[in-house]
Amino acid sequence: MSARVEEKHRAPIRWMHWVNFPLLAMMMWSGLLIYWANPVYALRLFGHEVFYFFPQGFYSFLGIPYRLAEGMQLHFFFMWLFAANGVAYVAFLIFSGEYRSLIPTFGSFGRAFRVALYELHISKKKPPQGKYNDAQRIVYTLVILMGAGSIVTGVAIYKPLQASFFTSLLGGYEWARWEHFWLMILFAAFFCVHVVQVVLAGWKNFQSMITGVEVVAAEESSK
Amino acid sequence: MREGGDRNDKWRGEDENSANVLNERRSLSDELPEADAQKVLISRSRRGFLLGGAAAIVGVFGWRWLPDETKVGFLQKIFRFNENLTSAFYRPTHLATEFSADNITRPARVNGMLGIESEVDLAVWRLNIGGIPGRASDLVLTMDDIRSLPRAEHITEFKCIEGWSTVVQWTGTRFSDLVAAFTPWKDPEEMPPYVSLATPDGGYFVGWDTPSIMHPQTLLVYEMNGEVLTSNHGAPLRLASPTKYGIKQLKRIGRIDFMNERPEDYWANEGYDWYSGL
Repeated sequence: MSARVEEKHRAPIRWMHWVNFPLLAMMMWSGLLIYWANPVYALRLFGHEVFYFFPQGFYSFLGIPYRLAEGMQLHFFFMWLFAANGVAYVAFLIFSGEYRSLIPTFGSFGRAFRVALYELHISKKKPPQGKYNDAQRIVYTLVILMGAGSIVTGVAIYKPLQASFFTSLLGGYEWARWEHFWLMILFAAFFCVHVVQVVLAGWKNFQSMITGVEVVAAEESSK
Repeated sequence: MREGGDRNDKWRGEDENSANVLNERRSLSDELPEADAQKVLISRSRRGFLLGGAAAIVGVFGWRWLPDETKVGFLQKIFRFNENLTSAFYRPTHLATEFSADNITRPARVNGMLGIESEVDLAVWRLNIGGIPGRASDLVLTMDDIRSLPRAEHITEFKCIEGWSTVVQWTGTRFSDLVAAFTPWKDPEEMPPYVSLATPDGGYFVGWDTPSIMHPQTLLVYEMNGEVLTSNHGAPLRLASPTKYGIKQLKRIGRIDFMNERPEDYWANEGYDWYSGL
């Protein structure tokens, strides 16, 4: 049996991907410490409140109450690292050409639907893909845009007077806070789906995000 | 590992594959015996997992091992770093958006009674101002002195550090007009860099940077939403400004001091950002 070693993820991508995990976690944690002081949002569908963010038990279980000052200290430190990592990641994607693996094309939207059918075992035919399939291309690109959105909405809340350009652009201070909050919820949702997908994709796939390489059977390498 | 040659650079599916449309490269080694390929993977795994594990352990345990005082001290330095950076972008010409009277939040939200728990005796209230050059003692002003200054008014968004905001109509006089009328300073540049404000009982005290308190929308307020300021909102005279969170907008001002040192601040003592600039 012969095989090939495929270089899948380059070292800077791997580092920035893993560094982002604790940074995003710290941003969300410190954000919750801040949000607790004015917890006003809920998920509403057709005028009904489906879920209130957050039930009292959630805060007490995590030990969140009365830590606003600490939350702000952490948030306004880790924001620099989170933003720097994100900017470095995007810059690397552009200058290394790695964006070719990641961004969607016009055809991606149709194929992403076929990816969903395939993954739900409705269709047997696997749509052609590169390193990532078209659903991944769309979602990973959206996540980067969400990161940019978190920074812009964050600036709009952080300096609503001196950076009022952003605050007005986003519909004002109250809307900017709402948008910032929902981006956090979307990050949390992405994280959950991402973890499930990684588990389903299996160990070899997970390993490749740490080592950068994956061993592929020679006959499969022309997929 | 790129010695595999170009024959593997194309992915299947031709233009039906985004990878080919975007010219995504594929990096495959030459064919190796399976065992050799696994050897490469194992050595890369060992390195990757050891390095990654070590980084995670250093990160998590390093953070836990650091004493709280060290962390808080460090994070306070970051507050100062953020202050230095963002105050460089401060412009007195950046004005808060004004709202129409229909947008005023009614009833006005009452929040925070620090330093104003006791009843105020308006007959004996005076504003004491220290730190004016050429004066041996405080300048002492009455409400009539302050009302004689030019009137100023704006309907703006008041922002609490907790995260809520309300729209309020503030009426009073610009802080800068008080400075112009009762001090020799002609320009914020000539002034000491800080201003301290405190309630008459000293129970609540805040520190301001001079540029923010000299902002044209920073007012010494005696009317709110078209009515004389009530005790809950800081009668007879309070500060209001869109440049800072509500924690800095002191109610029932008893003292103002112009200072060269950074004044103490009630909430900064509790771990909040001293600057708290918006």
